[in-house]
Amino acid sequence: QKLAAATNSNYVVIDNKTAYKDATTYNNYYEFGTDKSEPAQSAGSLKTRPWSVSIEGEINKPMKLDLDSLMKIAPLEERIYRLRCVEGWSMVIPWIGFSLSNLIKKVEPNSNAKYIEFTTLADKSQMPGLREGVLDWPYVEGLRMDEAMHPLALLTFGMYGEVLPNQNGAPVRMVLPWKYGFKSPKSIVKIRFTNKQPKTAWNTTAPREYGFYSNVNPEVDHPRWSQASERRIGEDGFFTKKRKTLMFNGYSEVASLYSGMDLKKYY
Amino acid sequence: MTPTLKQQSIIKASLFVAALLPFLRLVLAVFTDHLGANPLEFITRNTGDWTLYFLCITLAVTPLRRLTGWSWMVKLRRMLGLYGFFYASLHFLTFLWFDHFFDVAEMLKDVVKRPFILVGFTAFILLMPLALTSTNKMIKRVGAKRWQQLHKLIYLIASLGVLHYFWMKAGKHDFSQPVLFGSIVAILLLLRLFWAIQKRQHEQRLSVG
Repeated sequence: QKLAAATNSNYVVIDNKTAYKDATTYNNYYEFGTDKSEPAQSAGSLKTRPWSVSIEGEINKPMKLDLDSLMKIAPLEERIYRLRCVEGWSMVIPWIGFSLSNLIKKVEPNSNAKYIEFTTLADKSQMPGLREGVLDWPYVEGLRMDEAMHPLALLTFGMYGEVLPNQNGAPVRMVLPWKYGFKSPKSIVKIRFTNKQPKTAWNTTAPREYGFYSNVNPEVDHPRWSQASERRIGEDGFFTKKRKTLMFNGYSEVASLYSGMDLKKYY
Repeated sequence: MTPTLKQQSIIKASLFVAALLPFLRLVLAVFTDHLGANPLEFITRNTGDWTLYFLCITLAVTPLRRLTGWSWMVKLRRMLGLYGFFYASLHFLTFLWFDHFFDVAEMLKDVVKRPFILVGFTAFILLMPLALTSTNKMIKRVGAKRWQQLHKLIYLIASLGVLHYFWMKAGKHDFSQPVLFGSIVAILLLLRLFWAIQKRQHEQRLSVG
């Protein structure tokens, strides 16, 4: 299903786009299985309409928005972002959505709103992977308020000129290109504003391996592998070396969010 | 029930071909682009899986032989063990080639820094003397008794292999397969322990008697 959006030329990278087939068949979406080929095979059972997102917590205007109203908050734009997975591979994907800040302004956070917490769908009847106790479901992710307000943080409804395929997080997900991929929650059903740092899924499960911030950082290794380089899917392979990973995945405009923070400690 | 010598060599030859199939399948998949979006990850995992399968199969020969009384099966063991080494070598080669582009110094740095790689690497290094002493000539040179002692290393190697896999999967909390492999190896080793204790008790009884 087509989704029209004009390209925002401020957010275009010179890298080659990843093939649509690779971006839609090589996915980490554990609610549909831990194997990367599983989401594409089993996410057909996800019902993305009707869909609504509940927005609550430390805000003046709590609301429950259906998908169509949510998509009308701001004009949709296409942005081509690099995506770096914590596992050491990367892609380049044309997403469609708008800055999350548009939604945040609309619901008017109060002075207690320090963090934003995303809860994603966890429905056993639609998601076969929930039977496995890999994580504590539902999958929860979170950001500090200033991170969430950053224009790069994209509330996303589509990719490659179409609505999101189910395995890529339909019907609405976040895309945070300066953070490892798992920080971008898929199939969001609830957005809550809080004054405490949210207990996020991977951070709770394996705190030594996955920090709350999880910014892309070539200098801070994962305990079990190096983060200094990455394999670009479809490009780096048999006869090309892996490429160097860039600080904040190349999105240096977010650096000021973390000035003064020890990024080895707040990994 | 013992197959004739001719039947035995047919069994061995079929097994040789069968054990080569995973490798042929991998080669075919490379050339027909059937390895998915991240072919190198696929090759790494696939060769790792087959290494573990062959270690388990090799370890299963002695218990199977004892439980069934098919003593001729021992003739298959060397080939199975060497296949384990073959797939381990491919697994190591993918790591050295695709992760480090044959930069041995970088590779070693990676090995030392990361416990799960160190464990796998150690297991691979330990496999080498076993592969090198697998010929009849070498058995004679080393001496049957010492050769047997040396080849008990396989118990350690298989355990390290499972630990390597377990650790690799630990970050994702996906333990179903490592636990399966771990249980199989544990059963195969415990059976040996059980028989060893039984034998010792038997000997003690004899000496007392």
